[in-house]
Amino acid sequence: MTDATHDEYQSGWFTRWFMSTNHKDIGILYLITAAVIGFISVALTVYMRMELMQPGVQFMCDEGARLIIDSSECTPNGHLWNVVITSHGILMMFFVLIPALFGGFGNYFMPLQIGAPDMAFPRMNNLSYWLYVAGVTLAICSLFVPGGSGQNGAGVGWVMYPPLSSTEGGMSMDLAIFALHVSGVSSILGAINIITTFLNMRAPGMTLHKVPLFAWSIFVTGWLILLSLPVLAGAITMLLTDRNFGTTFFDPAGGGDPILYQHIFWFFGHPEVYIIILPGFGLISHIVATFSRKPIFGYLPMVYAMVAIGALGFVVWAHHMYTVGLSVTQQSYFMLATMVIAIPTGIKIFSWVATLWGGSIEFKTPMLWALGFIFLFTVGGVTGIVLSQSPVDRAYHDTYYVVAHFHYVMSLGAAFSVFAGIYYYWGKMTGRMYSEWMGKLHFWMMFIGSNVTFFPQHFLGRQGMPRRYIDYPEAFALWNYVSSLGAFLAFASFILFFWIMAHSFFFGRRITETNYWNEYADTLEWTLPCPPPEHTFEILPKREDWDKSATH
Amino acid sequence: MNIKLALKLVFIGVAMGALAFASVPFYDWFCRTTGFGGTPLTAESVEVEALDKTITVRFDANVDSDFPWLFSPMQKKMEVRIGESEMAFYQVHNPTDETMAGTATFNVVPMSAGAYFVKTECFCFQHQELAPGQTEEMPVSFYIDPEILEDRETDYLQTITLSYTFYEKDTQ
Repeated sequence: MTDATHDEYQSGWFTRWFMSTNHKDIGILYLITAAVIGFISVALTVYMRMELMQPGVQFMCDEGARLIIDSSECTPNGHLWNVVITSHGILMMFFVLIPALFGGFGNYFMPLQIGAPDMAFPRMNNLSYWLYVAGVTLAICSLFVPGGSGQNGAGVGWVMYPPLSSTEGGMSMDLAIFALHVSGVSSILGAINIITTFLNMRAPGMTLHKVPLFAWSIFVTGWLILLSLPVLAGAITMLLTDRNFGTTFFDPAGGGDPILYQHIFWFFGHPEVYIIILPGFGLISHIVATFSRKPIFGYLPMVYAMVAIGALGFVVWAHHMYTVGLSVTQQSYFMLATMVIAIPTGIKIFSWVATLWGGSIEFKTPMLWALGFIFLFTVGGVTGIVLSQSPVDRAYHDTYYVVAHFHYVMSLGAAFSVFAGIYYYWGKMTGRMYSEWMGKLHFWMMFIGSNVTFFPQHFLGRQGMPRRYIDYPEAFALWNYVSSLGAFLAFASFILFFWIMAHSFFFGRRITETNYWNEYADTLEWTLPCPPPEHTFEILPKREDWDKSATH
Repeated sequence: MNIKLALKLVFIGVAMGALAFASVPFYDWFCRTTGFGGTPLTAESVEVEALDKTITVRFDANVDSDFPWLFSPMQKKMEVRIGESEMAFYQVHNPTDETMAGTATFNVVPMSAGAYFVKTECFCFQHQELAPGQTEEMPVSFYIDPEILEDRETDYLQTITLSYTFYEKDTQ
């Protein structure tokens, strides 16, 4: 399905990567940038786990941040700790997971799966990417300019609640707000692009009920971004004017209310977590089908489950705020609505398991990651149901139980889907095979490491250890120690991942076939050479290339 | 065709951003009408009948940090008949040797009682100016709406706390 004259890239290296309007190149740029930022962000977690490994403060000292324990005096530097947790959260949420899944995989594979030659607005796509880079730069800069407590950086938590965020000194907080503005604009433009492409540029005959699941997941994600990110932009703009221009949106002194910020923020914040996980759902569906050698079970319920999850995501925001003084009626509503989300999510898990059932299962690396995803996401989902109970949440609110819950769905769920996607599509994107045994080693190190990190945090939460503190009493020492060991193993696996990618890039087996898995990887990207040529589907694909419903 | 669709999507994005700002007056209106978040209701006069049942109202006073005024309730608590109009006093004193101004905001706790705590006269959000050393007494008139007994949210309520906070303002 390719035009032979276009097999070689005609532009120079700089033009290709720095002025690109090609959806595949932009997708790769997104993935590379997200990987770099992901490394920074994960390195910060290792520093946090080093600090939490023992009671007392050993590394983050007023006398200077350390990497090695020494016997000299150490006054705890809580601001440094706050800056580290804040930047870990903000970088992971806005600058790693959304760009990797929505920007990276979405840009690269959504147009391919629907047989479109490129995105609807290729130049706007370029603008989205470079705005994202600008946003990342601002976010990193905010760490090194004067902030609160007479030190550098903003230590307000990724949620940036006032009054802490509206009184935090220095310009660091303002830079962080601008970083979110810029990356928000980037995501919104990307969402407009993707929705337009999806609606107007599908291959002839590909009706909405025939679009592959990953393309659907990106489409639903696009809507969530379009509807929720402008709300965040509004909230942080108000925060900005409260800080700099004397408005009192969130300041009781002028009749404002800090709780209002929480409402607006979580109206964005809850859809945000589905923005992150939905593209993962899409990827996992394809991977599970491929390595079970079966078509995905329940295609239509899978599509509408994603739509339902997206829609429900907008009406449950206050379950993050049970303790602000909501009335009993409000709490019961948000509790009920939250539990309802378990139904479409359950449909998805059920359909994945049903796809596995009776399948000819092959445990290739992407499949391991996909199965790991399903298991871990289910664990995180179950603790989510626990936390949705407002009376139970009174005890768990802001404890490590919550930290464990959202890392099981995000760090383990979403990150596992990113890795699953990378291993699944690596050969397609680069034309080189990765090393299977190293990929499996990476999976097992990460699977064990991240479980050892986060499972004990449930225990810590149940013992009552609050989150966001630099130190803790002796009583919490054991599980914190175990958790830190797990984090080191997971970090080692992340370094191994970069080695696997580099190794494959230079020494990996060259892929000559178009479809290096099997015939159940049956979407349009598998009809293209690896890597695909610069221009794809300039001649529209034929129906038999993608419509396999007749054969299986 | 693509451009037309994209423009519609831009419109949706802008509309959602505008909604974030529209939520500010909406939230304010919502709280004042429903008493949500412990915002006491206001009324011109008392239009309900007093019952025999009583409830305890406690009074609390705060000033913003770095604001030197002394501010306190003149009674710690009151036993109030539900439905009967009552009057309480707060005292505010400017101990500095310059003229200063402030305004007070208010709230009731528990928040679910906000819908039934009705003020007929108060000094909330009024601009107060005090000369050096001046002391002022400020009255609050209120009543508890008997419907408080009907609501499951306030089923076990025995005490309501009325709280004021003074913030500094520029002198006029």
